[in-house]
Parts: sequence; structure tokens; C-alpha cells
Amino acid sequence: MAPVPPPQLADYDDLRRTFDWEAEARQLDGLPNDRGLNIGHEAVDRHVLDGNGDRVAIRWNPRRGDPVDMTYEQLWRRTNRFANVLARFGVDEGGGVATLTGRIPDLYVAALGTLKAGSVYTPLFSAFGPGPIKQRIDLGSIDVLVTTARLFSRKVAPILDELASIRHVLLVGDESFESDDPRVENLEPLLQAAGEEWTIPATDPETPALLHFTSGTTGAPKGVVHVHQAVVTHYASGRYVLDLRPEDIFWCTADPGWVTGTSYGIISPLTHGVTNIVDEGEFDAERWYSIIEANEVDVWYTAPTAIRMMMRVGDDAVRRHDLSSLRVIASVGEPLNPEAVRWGEDVFGMPILDNWWQTETGGIMIANYRSQPVRPGSMGRPLPGVDATILQRDAEGEIALDAAGRPVEIDDPGSSGELAVRVGWPSMFREYLNQPERYERCFVDGWYCSGDLARRDADGYFWFVGRADDVIKSAGHLIGPFEVESALIEHPAVSEAGVIGKPHETMGELVKAFVTLARGFEDTDAVRSELLAHARRSLGSAVAPREIEIVDALPHTRSGKIMRRLLKARELGLDEGDLSTLETPAGQAAAEVSP
Amino acid sequence: MTNEEAARVIVDAIEAVAADADPREVDPTEDIWYALDLDSMDQLNVMIAIGDRTGIEVPEADYPKLQSLADMTAYLAGVVTPKG
Repeated sequence: MAPVPPPQLADYDDLRRTFDWEAEARQLDGLPNDRGLNIGHEAVDRHVLDGNGDRVAIRWNPRRGDPVDMTYEQLWRRTNRFANVLARFGVDEGGGVATLTGRIPDLYVAALGTLKAGSVYTPLFSAFGPGPIKQRIDLGSIDVLVTTARLFSRKVAPILDELASIRHVLLVGDESFESDDPRVENLEPLLQAAGEEWTIPATDPETPALLHFTSGTTGAPKGVVHVHQAVVTHYASGRYVLDLRPEDIFWCTADPGWVTGTSYGIISPLTHGVTNIVDEGEFDAERWYSIIEANEVDVWYTAPTAIRMMMRVGDDAVRRHDLSSLRVIASVGEPLNPEAVRWGEDVFGMPILDNWWQTETGGIMIANYRSQPVRPGSMGRPLPGVDATILQRDAEGEIALDAAGRPVEIDDPGSSGELAVRVGWPSMFREYLNQPERYERCFVDGWYCSGDLARRDADGYFWFVGRADDVIKSAGHLIGPFEVESALIEHPAVSEAGVIGKPHETMGELVKAFVTLARGFEDTDAVRSELLAHARRSLGSAVAPREIEIVDALPHTRSGKIMRRLLKARELGLDEGDLSTLETPAGQAAAEVSP
Repeated sequence: MTNEEAARVIVDAIEAVAADADPREVDPTEDIWYALDLDSMDQLNVMIAIGDRTGIEVPEADYPKLQSLADMTAYLAGVVTPKG
């Protein structure tokens, strides 16, 4: 086996002093003839131009059967064809393309082909139900949806008539499927008829590239817009946190339906020219260890829920495999508990490196590093080039301002406040789609305020404390309670619904709903089961509540809003004496009831 | 436990976890999780629900062997010593 290469971030303080985003940007090529910066070019085309087209870009492990390799040259040709299809449709340069598929090669082709066409790419999670799918397609005014015949018939066909913005639905795979709707076509014949040559249009680095959706406490999901410039963060964080090198075999287990699976399951690894492992299968510890062993995976990026499920399966399963190829194991999605960090050290021979970021930050902001001491339970220290701080909050849960109108940074290592990042990193989101006021509210005096509560210890390590709002973090995914409540009250049996995150040992939190029944309905097993079924059909398994409790009444504020924090406190068994603090108008108290 | 009893417990457990799913519609040899769109958390919860109903604790390491109704029925019917 080749010797283990030294960490690319060797001395943290040194790199913080010398780090320069411009210099990182120069590690990328830019479009030929100074025509700008395009993620698709950096992830695919430049490797072909550099003579590395025969390297494996994507090694796909189907649910069943042998792995299938796609080289950078094959990916280049197929993404060119996809871009040509979009151009023929007239949805290149600014058009919106979404994918709704499992983890299959054409998802990667569609994502990168879209970026190369100058269109905007939106991933949709395949475990969404028709409700979340429709809402996101409408909000994003998506023109083209790429999906499979199976997911189309289950989730899209029933709502297709209502999807006004959709001009084309392109089906991957099974070509025998036929639809009466003229918008529905099979992708493969279109690709075969399209040209293999494509010139990426001039791309200003500030051109929108990615549209992700993330959930807030109230209202519809927010459309988070990232620009092509974001690739500089994807590249640099891949280099210093994941320690990626071109010769690496890399595996990010996150689904591209969520931001991690896009930033680190597609873009970051491919900009480094690595071989990117894609597994179509669901979590299965034995399968995962076999994939690492068979492919000699060097760098593995996964999530706390998966790690805790592996812990449940036990140490023997790990020890039956030779996993000595691993150099870095990293985790993101929610805080990794100290036991899991230590478990990693015990069974894999290295601590699992937790890190922190959000859909809005586009890439890793705070991290533990291979070369640096790890404090189990801490998210680590800011990336070189990123300034993070803790800002004081007032009684209303707003950022507190001093006499000069400036936010107040907290230096006391014992005190928590809102985690904020200094504006200026390349992958900062550029807007919440069609919601400029909501976007503006995220910024105070040059700081992006994350909505996460944290503290910073005396050595600059950050520790997650809780969410400042009612958003639920389940299995690493943000779920907005409002979206779930809205789906529940659509059912005739439901009068009102309040939805919370209930602490769960494996998933972090699970979605739990409290509902009151409409007149004429009674609390029976059949009603509860019908409500669970309704929610899953509408929202899909990723968002639907896993528990529904029928109650006589829900607590309200004086203005009539359901007090989710009170429901949560009751669920956690906090006594009445604690409840007074929960009735403050804004999020301050949420931290105190978080697990 | 007879095969019939085992099959009934499994169908009950799946319906309790994923109320929208109809396991009776699925071919007994098909990959049940894929056919019903059940994720790994659903799978874990089905196993826990089976445990609640039968006292049989299925070790996580055995989950990969339990991909179809037929697999699960044979597995449960073959377990002779329920816990407790």
C-alpha cells in the first residue's frame, strides 16, 4: 500500500495567517479564454483537457449487481449531450432543471450538464412525497424535471396537471414507459440524438448555479440560491477538511437530494479529480464496509445518524473488514456525540471529524481537521479564510446591539449565543428566491446569522447548543414544522396540528405531531393510522411524522399561534416551573429545552 | 411460530410503521423495502415493532438477510427462543 500522504492542512494557525481565497481560486482553471468560472468546467471538462479523461469519475454501485464505472471523458461527453438537449429545449442559460431520482449516474449527468448549459440545478430528494415536490417545483419555477418512470408514476403523475412551470419531464431508464402527457419523454433517445460537442457559455462567477430548498419555522421552504463562484469554497474545503487528492477514492454517503450530497457528493470531489463512489442502496452497515474495503476508499464523508446505526450493528461487523485504506472520516448533518467520535477512534483507528455548515453557507465553515487535535462533541474551528463568532441575543431572540448599533461578540467560553459567519466567503448564498426581506434579515453588520446557537471555548473550538427556532433536525435533514402541520390539517379529521422534533437516539430528532380532531372524529387506532398514512402519502417518508399523538387541545400564544416549544417541553417531561421561560415571544428559550 | 403467524406479524409491523404501505400487494420474494419505499429508519422501526409483538429481538447484523417477506417469514418462524 502507498504511504499515507501528509495532511494538506498541516498547521492550522499558519494557514489561517496565509490563507487567501484568491489563491484558492487560482487552483481552479476558469473557462478557457477568460470567459469566467463554471462549476461544470471545473468538475468535468478541465480534467479531460488536462489529459486525465481516462480516470474514473464515478463508480456507481447499483442496488444489486456489479459496479459500473464512468470516466471523466465519458462524463464529459454525456454532460455535453445533456447540455445540448437543454439548449434544444431553450432552457439553457437561466432555465431551471430539477432531478428527482435515486442515486444513479444520470443524476450526476443531469446536475453537471445543467451547470454546463448555464442553467440552474435543483436537487429534489426521492423520498419526498407529491406535496413537497410540487411546492418546490412551483417556488423554483422549474422548467425541466429529470426523474425515473417509477418515481414519475408514484409521485409526479398525480400532480403533473398542476405543475404549470414544467415544460419537459425527462425519464431515465425504462424506455417502455409511455405517458399521455406530451411533456413526458424518455431521456436516452434525446441524449443519443444530441451532439457530443458543447461549449460552455461565458459564465460570470456571480451567475446563479444551484437552487436548494431549506425549511424555516414558518411559511414555505426557502429557495437558497448559490452562484458558480461557490466552487472555490467547495474546492478549498475539499482540500483542507476532506484532504482530497486527485488519486483518492472518495465516498460521500449523503443523497444529492440534500445540500451535502450536492456540494460534497458531486462538486467538491469532482473538482479534485477523484474517483467518486456512488451507492444506490439504502444504509446497510455490512454493505457499506464492503464498499470501503472493495474500493479502498481513502476519504469517507458521512452523517451522525448513519454512524449511530453502525454503532448499533456493533464492532465485530467493522473488524471483519480491512478498512485500512481510510485516511479521513468526516461527519456532518447534526452534532456528532462524543461517544461516536470515540467509537470511530476505537474501531476505525481515527476520530470521526465533525464539521458544521448549512444550506445557506454552501460549504463547510467550521471543522475538525486531520492534523489537529479533536475535541469530541465540538464542531471544531473555522476554515482558514472563514471568520466565525458568537453573537449575543436579546430577550426577544434578536441579535443584541450595543449603543453604537453594533452586534456584541461573546468571548466568555461558557456563554452561548447565535453562531455567525463574516460575509465574504465564496459560497455564501446570494438570495432567498423572491424573498429579499427574509434574506436581509439574516445579516447584521456584515455577519451572516445562522439561526444556530453555539458557544466558543477558550481555544476557539465551537460547540453546538441548539436551534434558535422550531426547525427540526432529523437524520441530518432540516424539516420545517409548518410544512408538516399544513399537510396534516388538510385531512378532514384534523382540526389543528403542532409539530416538534422529539429527541431520538439514532436520528437526533424524529418528527412528532400533536393533533386535535375535528368534530365527529374520535381518537382510535384507525384514525391515528389513517393520519400517519395521509402524511406519508403527501409528504413522503423523509418529512412525514413518525409519531402522531391525538390531544384534546393545543397550547396557543395570546396571538393564537401554536406553542411548539411548550409541546416540546411537555414531551421532554419538563415540569411546569420550567414552562414560564418557554412563553417568551421568540426563540431564546428553545435552546434551553433542546436535548 | 408458524409461517402464517410470522407473516401476519410482519405485515402488522410494516403497517404500523408505514401506514400508507400495503405489504400484501408485494410479491413475497421481492425486495420489500424498495417496493414500499421504506428507508433504513423505517426498516429499523419495523424490526422494533416485530420485537414488540413477538419478543424476538432481531440483531441489526441480521437485517441485510431480511430483504423480502419470504426472508422475514422464514427467519421469524425459525427463531425458537424468544427473549424474556
